[in-house]
Amino acid sequence: MNDETSPVANKKYLTFVLATEEYAVDILRVQEIKGWNKVTKIPNTPDYICGVINLRGTIVPIIDLRLRFSLEEQTYGAMTVVVVVKVLSDSNKERIMGIVVDAVSDVYDVPENQIQPPPDFGSVISTEFVKGLATVDEKMVIILDIDRLLNSKELALVESIAH
Amino acid sequence: MPVDLTEVRKLFFEESFENLDVMESSLLDLEVETVDQELINSIFRAAHSIKGGAGIFKFDHVTDFAHAAETLLDEMRNEEHLITQSLIDLLLRSVDVLRMMLSALQEAGTYDFQEAQACQNELQRALKNQSESEYDKTAQSLSPFAANPQVTEIPQSVTTEESKALATNPGWHILFKPDLSMLKTGNDPINLFRELAQLGDLEVKVDTSQMPALPDLDPQLCYLNWELILHGDVARAEIDEIFEWVEDECELQITSLEPPSEQVEVSPIAPSYDAGDAAIEPVSSKQDTVVQETKAETGLQESEVVTEKESVSETETSVEAVVETDASEGVSESDTEPEVSDTQAVVETAVFVDEKATSTPDIPAPIKTPEVQKGAAEGVSHHALEATSNSIRVNIDKIDSLINMVGELVITQSMLDQIGENFDSSRITHLRDGLAQLERNSRELQENVMRIRMLPISYSFNRFPRLVHDLSAKFGKKIELKLSGEQTELDKTVLEKMSDPLVHLVRNALDHGIEMPEQRRAAGKSETGELHLHAFHQGGNIIIQINDDGAGFDLDKIRAKAIEKGFLNYDEHPSQEQLYDLIFQPGFSTVSQVTDVSGRGVGMDVVRRNIRALGGSIEVKSQRGKGSTFTIRLPLTLAILDGQLVRVGEEIYILSLLSIIESLRIKTELVNSFAGFAEVYRLRDEYIPILRLYDLFGITPTSRKLEHGLLVIVEGDGQKMGLFVDELLSQQQIVIKSLESNYKKVEGLSGATILGDGSVALILDVAGLIHLFQSQIKAPHTRFHFLSGVRYER
Repeated sequence: MNDETSPVANKKYLTFVLATEEYAVDILRVQEIKGWNKVTKIPNTPDYICGVINLRGTIVPIIDLRLRFSLEEQTYGAMTVVVVVKVLSDSNKERIMGIVVDAVSDVYDVPENQIQPPPDFGSVISTEFVKGLATVDEKMVIILDIDRLLNSKELALVESIAH
Repeated sequence: MPVDLTEVRKLFFEESFENLDVMESSLLDLEVETVDQELINSIFRAAHSIKGGAGIFKFDHVTDFAHAAETLLDEMRNEEHLITQSLIDLLLRSVDVLRMMLSALQEAGTYDFQEAQACQNELQRALKNQSESEYDKTAQSLSPFAANPQVTEIPQSVTTEESKALATNPGWHILFKPDLSMLKTGNDPINLFRELAQLGDLEVKVDTSQMPALPDLDPQLCYLNWELILHGDVARAEIDEIFEWVEDECELQITSLEPPSEQVEVSPIAPSYDAGDAAIEPVSSKQDTVVQETKAETGLQESEVVTEKESVSETETSVEAVVETDASEGVSESDTEPEVSDTQAVVETAVFVDEKATSTPDIPAPIKTPEVQKGAAEGVSHHALEATSNSIRVNIDKIDSLINMVGELVITQSMLDQIGENFDSSRITHLRDGLAQLERNSRELQENVMRIRMLPISYSFNRFPRLVHDLSAKFGKKIELKLSGEQTELDKTVLEKMSDPLVHLVRNALDHGIEMPEQRRAAGKSETGELHLHAFHQGGNIIIQINDDGAGFDLDKIRAKAIEKGFLNYDEHPSQEQLYDLIFQPGFSTVSQVTDVSGRGVGMDVVRRNIRALGGSIEVKSQRGKGSTFTIRLPLTLAILDGQLVRVGEEIYILSLLSIIESLRIKTELVNSFAGFAEVYRLRDEYIPILRLYDLFGITPTSRKLEHGLLVIVEGDGQKMGLFVDELLSQQQIVIKSLESNYKKVEGLSGATILGDGSVALILDVAGLIHLFQSQIKAPHTRFHFLSGVRYER
C-alpha cells in the first residue's frame, strides 16, 4: 500500500498527545484505536516494547512511545490509548503494531507544502523519526515517520532464524 | 469455441508425473524372468494414460515415445519377451526420458533430444513385431530381431486402434465454389473458414480465375473459389455442419485425405495465386468489395501463418522449433494462481486417485539386486518432484467426514441457540451438555482439518528405490532397500522439507556407510548391504529411521579429524554423543575422498539445520563394523502442539510436551554448584544444569528458593536442562501463532499462542533457551561452548 494520494497534496493526519507534545501520523496508516489491555511481556527486549497483545487472533507488539522518546514514564490507566498502525518494512512487508499514547487528539488536514523539515539539533536530539513539523491552529504538530520509527534496528525483522 | 485448457494441462502434467512414478516403482518391482501380469498391466496403463494425455495436447514426441514404450510393454504382457534386466533398465531409461520431456514441456524448457531419440530407437529395436508397427520408419536402418513365430497371436486390435488415434493427421480436402450470388444471402466465406480453422489446421488456397476484368466486376458477387485442406482428426459431420447454411448456394466437394498429406500437396487443382494477389486486383472498385476483400485477405493470411508454423512442427526438422512453440504456449498459459480450486474439483480428483490407488499395487517392496544401469538421471526425478508443490490431493473420505462434522456443528449451534432463547437457571445442565458437545465438535473438526494436510510418507519414500537402484549400480555395491511404515502420515510441509535431507542421508549411507561387496565378505557380512527406511509415530512425533548395516562411524577418525579442523583440543575427550554431534558441524567430513555424491562436508549441517527449522531433531547411533542409524524426530504438524503451561511469577509460558522429559520437586541436597557460576542438579546418574527461567527472562518469581518451585527437565538439541519454574499449570493443545509476522524472532521463544481468556502466552523454544543460557553463563575459560551445556557424566 502506498501512501501517495491525489495531486492535491492534502493529507489527513491523526494527532495524539505525548506529555505536552502533539504528534501526528498519516491517518491512512491507522488501523484502529483501542483501549489499553494487559499485555504479555516479551523477555529480553528493550523497555519501550511493552509486550504483545492478541488482536483478533494475531499477535501484535505494543510500543510505548513515551519510553521510546525517553519521556517520563506514566502508569497505564483507563484513559491510556493504543493506536494500531500498519507499518511497511524495508522489504515492503506490512506489519501491524500498536503504539501507546496518552490520548488521541484530532484529525487534521495538513497541506504537504506546509510541512517544514525538522530543525537540526545536531547529535543531541535525533530527529530521524520526524518527517517534519506543521502548524495547525497555531499549534506545532510533529509529524512522525512511522515506518522509520518502527523499523529501527531494535524492531527490524531478523532475517536469519538459524543460529 | 475456444476451450481453456490451462487447468486440464496442469492436471495432465500432475497425472503424468504420478504415472511416471507408478511406472518407475512397478518397474523396480519387476523380477527378471517372471511375467507379473498385474505389474506389467499397471505399467502399461500408466504409459497409456501419458500417451493419451499427450495426444490431446499434441505433444507429438511424447506421444510417439510413449507409444513405443507402450508397444514394448504390450509385447511383454503377451509374454513375447523374456523379462531381462536390460529390458527393465531400458524401460526405466524411457521413464527418465519421458519425465525429461514432460518437465521440459511443463516449464517451457528444452531437453536432450539426442537421448530421447537414442532411447526411442532402442525401444524400437527391442520390439519384436516392429515390421508391423507404423513406427518402424524411425528404426528402419536397424536390423530387426528374428521374428518370433508367436507374433501372429498378438491382439492387433489394440495397436491398430491406437495407431488410428494418433495417425499422422488425416484430414479433409474441400473444394468450395460458392455461387456468384452467395454474398447477397449474407453468408461470408471468411466466417466459414474461421469455423473450419477451429476444427484443425486449415490451409486455404484461393482461385481467382473467375474474376472478371475490372469494368465488368460486380462488387456484390462472389467470384472466388477456394480450395481448403483441413488437417486433423475431424469428423465429416462437423464439416458438413459448417457448410450447412450455404449448401444450396455452392458447389461443395469434400474428400478425405486418406492417402497422407504428401499426395494432397501434389494435387493438381491448386492455382498458384496466393491470397495477396486476390486481394489486390479488386482494390480500385467500389468500397464494399474492398472491405470484403481485405477482410478475406487478413483472414487468409492469418490462416496461412498458422499453417506455416504448424508445418514446421510437423516436418520435425527441428525439434527446437517444436519445443519452442510449446514453450510460448506454456508461457502464455502459465498461471501462478495458487491451486485452491473449488472443492468439487478436488473431490473429483480425489476420487480418481482412490480408484487408481486400488487398481495399482502398493508401494514397492524390497527391490532386487540391481545391475548395470546406464542413465542415472536422479537429477531429473528430483526435478519432477519439486515441480509439483502447491496442490494437495485429499482422500474423499476425509472430506466427507469433514462435511459430517460441520453438519454436527450446525446442529449443536442451533441447540445452543434454543437454550439461549428463554434461558433460566433450570436449564443450566442443558447448557453444559451443549457446550461439551460444542467442544467435542470443534476438537474433531480441528483434528480433521489437520488431517487434510497429512500425507503418507510414501510420497517421499517412493523415490528411494530408484535412487538406490541407480546409485548402487554406480558404486558397484549390492544393496537391498527396505521400506517400512510408508503409510505413516505427516504434514505436507514437513514432508516436502524433509525430502532433501532424506535423500542426502540415504546417499551418505550408500556412499560411505555400506561397503563394497569384497569388504563386506571380508568382514564376514553378506555381500548385499541392507538399507532400511522406517517411519512410525511415537507420541506426537513422527520418527524416521535410516539404518544401514555398513561400516559405521569410526570414532577415532572423527576425533582426529575434529582436532585437525580445530573443532577439538588435543586434551579434550568428549563423549560419544558429542563426537557424533561433530559430524553435523559445517565443514566437517571424515571422508578422505570426495565423490560427486557426498563427502564435501556441506551436507550434514544443512540436514540438521533443515530438521531443526521444522522443530525436529536428528541423532546418530553407530557401531563400528555393524552399521549406523540416523533417527529423525519430527513434529506431526507445524500448526498445533501439545503444550504444558508453566507459571513463572505472573507470566505464563508454554513448553512443548514433547520436549519435557520429566518434572520434579527439587531436593536441595542434590543441587551442586559448578565452577562457581552455574548450578547442576543430580538426577539419578546425570548432572543437569539448572536454568532459572526468571533470571534469564528478568522477571520477578514467586520464590527464588529452589525447593519452592519445580524443576522441569527438558531436552533440546540432544542436551538436557532443568528449567526452574514456579508452578505447572494445565496441559492443552495450543495453536501456534507467529511472533515474527508482526514483530521479530526472539531467542528462546518459538512463537506465541492465545489462551482461553484471550491473553497471549509465549511458547518456549528449548534449544534456543539452552543456547541463550550458555551464552549468558559462558565464562572466559570455557573455550568450546558445546561443552558448556551438555551432559556431565560421571
